[in-house]
Amino acid sequence: MNTGRKLTLALAAVAVMGLASGSALAEKKYGPGVTDTSIKIGNTDPYSGPAAAYGLIGKTIAAYFDKINKEEGGVNGRKIDFISLDDGYSPPKTKEQTRKLVEQDKVLLVFQGLGTPTQSAVHAYMNHKKVPQLFVATGASKWAQPKKFPWTMGWQPSYQTEGHLFAKYVLANVKDPKIAILYQNDDYGKDYVKGMRDELGDKADKLIVAEESYEVTDPTINSQVIKLKDSGANVFFNVSTPKAAAQAIKKVRELNWDPLFLNNSVSNSVGSVYKPAGLDNSKGIVSLQYYKDTTDPSIQGTEAFKKWKKFMDTYFPNGDQSSSFTTFGYLVAQTMVQVLKQCGDDLSRENIMKQAANLDMHPDMMLDGVDIKTSPTDFFPIESMQPIKFDGEKFVPIGDVIKGGS
Amino acid sequence: MASDVETQVPAQTDTRLVSGKKIPFKWVAVFIILGLFIPYFVQGYVAFQGTLIMIYAVAILGLNLLTGFNGQFSLGHSAFYAIGAYTAAVLVYHLDWPVYATIPVGGLVCFVAGFLFGLPALRLEGLYLALATFALGVAVPQILKSSHLEELTGGVQGLDVFRPAVPEFLVNNLAMNMDRWWYFIAFFVMLFMFWLAWNLINSRSGRAMMAIRDNPIAAKSMGINTSLYKSLTFGLSAFYTGIAGAMAAIVIEFVAPDSFTFQLSILLFIGLVIGGTGSIWGSIFGGFFILFVPNFAEEISTGLSYAVFGVILILVIYVMPSGFAGLVNILSVRFKKLFGAKTS
Repeated sequence: MNTGRKLTLALAAVAVMGLASGSALAEKKYGPGVTDTSIKIGNTDPYSGPAAAYGLIGKTIAAYFDKINKEEGGVNGRKIDFISLDDGYSPPKTKEQTRKLVEQDKVLLVFQGLGTPTQSAVHAYMNHKKVPQLFVATGASKWAQPKKFPWTMGWQPSYQTEGHLFAKYVLANVKDPKIAILYQNDDYGKDYVKGMRDELGDKADKLIVAEESYEVTDPTINSQVIKLKDSGANVFFNVSTPKAAAQAIKKVRELNWDPLFLNNSVSNSVGSVYKPAGLDNSKGIVSLQYYKDTTDPSIQGTEAFKKWKKFMDTYFPNGDQSSSFTTFGYLVAQTMVQVLKQCGDDLSRENIMKQAANLDMHPDMMLDGVDIKTSPTDFFPIESMQPIKFDGEKFVPIGDVIKGGS
Repeated sequence: MASDVETQVPAQTDTRLVSGKKIPFKWVAVFIILGLFIPYFVQGYVAFQGTLIMIYAVAILGLNLLTGFNGQFSLGHSAFYAIGAYTAAVLVYHLDWPVYATIPVGGLVCFVAGFLFGLPALRLEGLYLALATFALGVAVPQILKSSHLEELTGGVQGLDVFRPAVPEFLVNNLAMNMDRWWYFIAFFVMLFMFWLAWNLINSRSGRAMMAIRDNPIAAKSMGINTSLYKSLTFGLSAFYTGIAGAMAAIVIEFVAPDSFTFQLSILLFIGLVIGGTGSIWGSIFGGFFILFVPNFAEEISTGLSYAVFGVILILVIYVMPSGFAGLVNILSVRFKKLFGAKTS
C-alpha cells in the first residue's frame, strides 16, 4: 500500500520530469558560444596602462563566475567560460580585442566592457553584428537607447540620473533653494548639470543662481568657488573630480560659507578627497550611494556583507576588500548570472537582450531600497540612490532612497 | 640583384652612392602575391589585424624616414597620427566627405603641420628635439579634449566614422567584404608609400638626408641646405604618419583622444627599432611586433603583461641589435659565405 503509493508518486515524478525535460529540449535554442555545458562570455578591461586600477573589476567578476561554476555547477548546468582581455583603455585595442572575442572566440555576448571612449569604439559594431553589449561600465547616458541601439545596455546610474536624483533631494529637503554649481567642463560635468536642470524643469533658471565651470587642467578652482559664494546660494553642487573636489571643500570652509554641500559620486571617496581636504572640513557633505561601502562598520554585521566577505576570502584572496571596485564587480556579476538564469535554455542573443530588459532584482551588497529594474523601454538598470552624509569618519544614511525614472 | 648593379657600373665607386639600389623585384613580387591571397585564407578578424599591421608599418616607415634616414628623433608621432585620424574623421563626420578622399588629405594636413613644427624644432638637436616632440605628443590628446574644439572633435566621447559599403561589382566578382576591401586598400597604400620611400631614399634627396644624418657639417659644406632638408623630412615623416592615422580612423571607425596617447609614440618607436632603423621593409615587421607581442604578452600573464612585453623587447634587442632587417642582412651574408665556401 505504502510502497504502491510511493511507486505511483515516483512514476508521476518521472513522468513530470520527462515532460519537463522534453519541453526543455524543445525550447533549447543556442546562440554562438553556448553548448549544453558551457556559455562563453567575453569582456575587455584595462589590466595595463593608465587606467589599470579598474582591472580589479574584471578580476572580481572572473572570481565570482569561478564561484558560480564551482559551487553551483554554473548556471542551469552550464559553466561560464569568462574570457577577459586587456585593452589598456585604448579604443583601437578595444575594437581589436572585441572583434577577437566576437569573431574568433565566438562569445555569446560581451559583458562589462569598461570605459566610455573604449566602449564607444565598439558601440556601432556590436549593434551592427547584433551581439549583446551588456552592462557596460561607464557613466555616460548614451548606453540607454533601446530604439537606436537595442543591443547595448549600461548598468550603473548614469551621471545624468545622479543629477536628477540630486535635484529631487534638494526639492524635497531644502526650503527656498538657491543652487550654485561647480562643474568640470566636459561631457561628464555637463551630464550632471543637464540631469539636474531637466529635473528642475521650468524652475531651473530660477533655482540655479550660479554656474561655474573649470577645465580639468586648471591648477585651482578658488576663484570659481568665491564667485559661487557671492551668488548667495544655500546649496553647493560640486561636480568635480577628486583633486578639484578636495580644493573646493577646503575653499568653501575657508570662506565660512555654509551651504548644503552636495558632492557627486565621482569624488565621493574618503581616501582621495575627504582626507586631503580635512576630515573636519568634510563633515556634513551629502552624496548619493547605491551599494554598500565595505569599510562602513554598520554594514559589517549584515548577511550580505558576510556572503561577500566569504566570497572574497575564498575566490579572490588577493583582492583589495576596501576598494569599491570589488563590490562593484560582485554586484554586476550577480546581475549577469541573473540574466542567464532567466534565459533558461533559450540562450539566443535575442533572448539575452529580452531577459536583460526584464530584470527586477536586488543583488547582495546593494543598498536596501535600491533595485535593479529594466523594461524593453527602460535600459537604465539602476535609477535610485540613497542619500548619505559624511560625519567626519564614515557615511551615515539620511532619509529614504530617492527613486528616479520620472 | 646586387650582382646586376655591380656588372653595370665600374667597380671603383660604391654603386649606391651614384645610382641607388634597384628594387628587388623578385622578392617584391612574392610579397605582393602572398599579400593578395592572405585575406582569402583567414577570418575577417585576422584580415582586420593584418590591416592594422600595414597601417602601423606606414606610420613606422614615416618615423624611420625621420630617425633612420635623417637622424632626427621624435617622440611625438602619436600627435601626427592623431591629426591624420581626426582630419579624416572630421571630414567624414561633419562634411560627409567620401572616406577615400580623406586619406591623402589627412596626410597633407600632417605634412603642413610637420613642416611647420619642423621649422622651429630645427634649432633643437638630438635629445632636445626628442623632448620638444614629446611635448607635442602629450599635448595633442588634451587639445583634442579641450572645450574650444569640442564641437569639432566630439571631446572625450570622440567621433564615429562610418564606412560606405563595399562597391557592388567587387562583392559579386571577388568575394569582397568590408574587411578584405580595407585590407586591400591598406595593402596598396602601403605598397605605394614604400615605393615612394624607396625612390626617395635612392635619389639625390635621399642621399642628402642620409648625409645630414651621418655628418651635418660635411653635408652643409657640400652645399646641402640642411635646414630645408630637415624640415622637409619632418613634414614628409608626418605625411606618412598622417596617412596611417587617417586609415586607422576609417578602419577602426572611431576616433577619441584616448586612442592617441603618448604610449602610441613609444609603440611606433619600438616598432622602428625592432624593425630596423634605416630599413624600409623592416617597418612591416615593426608593425607585426607592436600589434602581436602585447597580445602574446597578455596571454602569458594578464597582470604582468607589460613586464613580459619588456622582457621580450630586451631579448629581441639582444638577439638582433640592428633590428629584424639587420638580422636578415647578417644571415643572408652568412648563408652566402657558407654557400660560396661549399661550391668552391
